Amino acid sequence: MLNSKRSKIRWSFFVFFIPVFLWLMFLFVLPNLELLRMSFMGSRFLGERGFTLGNYTSFFLEPIYWLTFVRTIGFSLLVTFIVLLIALPVAFYITKVTKLKLKGLLMTLIMVPFWVSEVVRVYGLILLLRESGVINRILLAFGLWEKPIEMLYNDASMVLGLVYTTLLFMLVPIIGVMDSLDDALIEAAYDLGAKKVVIWWKIIVPHSVPGIMSGCIVVFMLVIGNFITPALMGGKYSSWFTQIIYNDFIAHMNWNRGAAFGFLLLIISSLVIWAGMKITGQKISTVVK
Amino acid sequence: MGRDENYRTKNQYGGEMIRTLHNKKSYKIGYNAFIILYFTLLFTPLLVISLLAFNDSIFPSLPWQGFTLDWFFGKGPEKIGIFHNSRNLKGIFVSFKVAVYVTLFSTTVGTCAAFLFEHEQFRFKNFFYFLMIAPLVVPGVIIGISLLIFATSIGLFLEHTIGLDVRALSPGIFLVVCGQASFITTFVSLTVIARLKKFDRSLEEAAYDLGARRFEVIRYITLPFLRPAIIGGAAVAFLLSFENFNTTLFLVGADATLPITLFTQIKDGSTPVVNAVSFLFIFCLSIFALLNFLITTRKTKQ
Amino acid sequence: MRIALSVKNITKKFGDFPAVNNVSFDVEDGKFFSILGPSGCGKTTLLRMMAGFYEPTSGSIEIRGQDMIGVEPNRRPVNLIFQHLALFTMMDVKENIAFGLKRKGERGKKVYKKVEAMLERVGLSGYADYKIQQLSGGQQQRVAIARCLVLDPSVLLLDEPLGALDLKLREHMKIELKQLQHQVGTTFVYVTHDQSEAMVMSDYVAVMNKGQFEQIDTPQNLYYHPSCSFVAQFVGENNKFVGTLKKESSGNFSVVLENGKTLQTGMISSLAPGERIELFVRPEAIFINQKQEKSTNLLYGEVKEVLFEGGNRRLLVVVEGSSQEVIVALPKNKVYDMIKVRDSIKIGWDPAESVCFKETGVKTYVEL
Repeated sequence: MLNSKRSKIRWSFFVFFIPVFLWLMFLFVLPNLELLRMSFMGSRFLGERGFTLGNYTSFFLEPIYWLTFVRTIGFSLLVTFIVLLIALPVAFYITKVTKLKLKGLLMTLIMVPFWVSEVVRVYGLILLLRESGVINRILLAFGLWEKPIEMLYNDASMVLGLVYTTLLFMLVPIIGVMDSLDDALIEAAYDLGAKKVVIWWKIIVPHSVPGIMSGCIVVFMLVIGNFITPALMGGKYSSWFTQIIYNDFIAHMNWNRGAAFGFLLLIISSLVIWAGMKITGQKISTVVK
Repeated sequence: MGRDENYRTKNQYGGEMIRTLHNKKSYKIGYNAFIILYFTLLFTPLLVISLLAFNDSIFPSLPWQGFTLDWFFGKGPEKIGIFHNSRNLKGIFVSFKVAVYVTLFSTTVGTCAAFLFEHEQFRFKNFFYFLMIAPLVVPGVIIGISLLIFATSIGLFLEHTIGLDVRALSPGIFLVVCGQASFITTFVSLTVIARLKKFDRSLEEAAYDLGARRFEVIRYITLPFLRPAIIGGAAVAFLLSFENFNTTLFLVGADATLPITLFTQIKDGSTPVVNAVSFLFIFCLSIFALLNFLITTRKTKQ
Repeated sequence: MRIALSVKNITKKFGDFPAVNNVSFDVEDGKFFSILGPSGCGKTTLLRMMAGFYEPTSGSIEIRGQDMIGVEPNRRPVNLIFQHLALFTMMDVKENIAFGLKRKGERGKKVYKKVEAMLERVGLSGYADYKIQQLSGGQQQRVAIARCLVLDPSVLLLDEPLGALDLKLREHMKIELKQLQHQVGTTFVYVTHDQSEAMVMSDYVAVMNKGQFEQIDTPQNLYYHPSCSFVAQFVGENNKFVGTLKKESSGNFSVVLENGKTLQTGMISSLAPGERIELFVRPEAIFINQKQEKSTNLLYGEVKEVLFEGGNRRLLVVVEGSSQEVIVALPKNKVYDMIKVRDSIKIGWDPAESVCFKETGVKTYVEL
């Protein structure tokens, strides 16, 4: 092949390499390094050359910080689990139960809500659920209850919002993997006398594990880094770690501490992804669409 | 026999076989109901937004007070529709502008990346590939704050050493484009790489053999082959940029993108003009999705 | 006679492995030259060196007297027809053919005139606006050839281009290619593992094995006068007997087989008595129910298989007292068509029809 001409360094290499290098360096690597550096600096932005661990220690010392962090992680796991439970039957329906023509249509349908910005989606939920919202008005009109109930601004609504917002990202990989399951395996299992639950447990789920793992990783990552839903739908006491970071940057102007917290978030997110990949043994690029 | 019928059914209708296998009626009804419920819930929020965009009421909620297009075209004083609402119009315009820049950047650099990783050999290739994928797994918030810090550091440094005040380095459109481009480029790269992998390199050799130089080969042979992926990647990049929030949040200056303005309006409370904007958004996207669906189904029929 | 291609002591090593090992040959202008050999013998590597996609480890390549070492593929006066044709599917037929001309800087009506002329030459007039995918296998072949010939190369290189075609089409294309080469007069260098292609089309054939040329000769000479064991076995079908050389009191040579039987053979100069020998005799040189003449070799055996191939009928005979199988071609006059499996049969041949070589233990596909 042409690669045998190793003596000539092709100009084409540089034409391709330089833009990519500049992009990665200036828009990704250096900013993150700077983030790390900032997180170790004193609270005056210009960085009194003081290297300090103060930003990190304040994380551990003040309960509100690490409590929120733990809460965020906990809820993220919960949301991931719920999303998985819902996605599995839906994915199965789309891949195995529908006729082929309908399948394409359904696939497109599930994608549509997700190309609309998350802001719009959350707005829709708010309109439905809030005190003056559609559900309340309708149920009042039907006389189901007497006073409007505030359904928003609590943990449950936040979880609902997060689930709603990330469902697609679990569906796509699972659909991908279930599609590759040969129908004949399921029929064979029936033929040999297996019950539904058994078939799920022993055949469908094990086959779908790679898709399930990628879905879980992606959903967890999106939930833990989510900003809009907790901000708009969460309550006073249901704050999310991203809000703490936001406050540090925009409200308190404490960029150094914000940087430290941001870095902690990054570490957790990366750890989970790394762990997930180790378990499934993959290093594939995540779902593009 | 029954079995044979089922097999024939399967061949004609794909997965219908599974449904006919287990005939408990309650199960079938239950499962179908669940799926219908799922799709209903999926679209209800969007439907509600769209409906209330036409509601003749100052508040984006029921009761229904009549049909109106004022939230689109109204001039005020009470009801200002999108097309006279400078704030929302500006948001749309800014989002559009940012999306165009981001698309140009990410498509160009993304295609370069595809050639770099598929057609060139160099040391540390794997390391750089990992680096390219990394922006996908970093939360958008982090990308935002890291770029903010970095740009500010450089800005301050320049100011103190050269005395140069580079406006572009403070929160504004330039930074928003940078922040979004940092990970959207990865998306485009992956799309183009996937297509480039399917490229038959003997076509390149044939082109060389016939006297073409390297850049001619790329221009006349490889790029035409990549065109569908580049266009697809550009479309994805545009959409991702338009609807981005987390990263943009930390990088916006005086001119806000549409998602940011919507967010602020929702938080502070606003008129159904927000619904009107959202409806336009939903409408355009649905058309796009429908077109995409029709085009791809037509292609498979051919 | 002008020499179009001159290859001198060409070697190509991948690591320590010599894919092409010290090969030299010349090709005269206007000739059809084939390189024939089994998979992995190095023929494609050799071809790609001529095209410029590989640089030789050592040795030189000259096209019409010009040294090609270090010259890029896009600057050489040779063109290559790829195994899977590598047609540009994103362009139509005329753009494919015009491609090389445009890269040379030619533009406008001139270019398309040349394209039209070439299309007519290969029998594809009127197909200029067709997409590649709309063409049949044979038509795509011709586009690939046209695309190269329009550039008037000094040498046209062909890398097993007929492999993907089905039999009837392949047979037809062999004849077409030969005729085309005659008409156009360009030197063709054709690489293949299919000997019928090489034999039908070529003026000269080089038989290649394990990186080296075993013999370069006309197809007839290769068939009737192979210079070594490999060529004898690879080109056409041949029956092989292994034994020890013995010199008879009468001065003639004979070969003593494992089972003690002796076969007479013709004059051999380069071999000494006592050496292990491989003796080859062609199926069509063997007679059935041979009358015993003094110097004829006679064998008795049983028919194991009757191989019917339309015009060619052959018998697979197991020699009495051994496991040796002999293929015998049945004469076309149908005299012996009544022979069935398990019939006993007497076969023989004139010793002058056989060739002998020192034992090499070389196997071709048949024996593996």
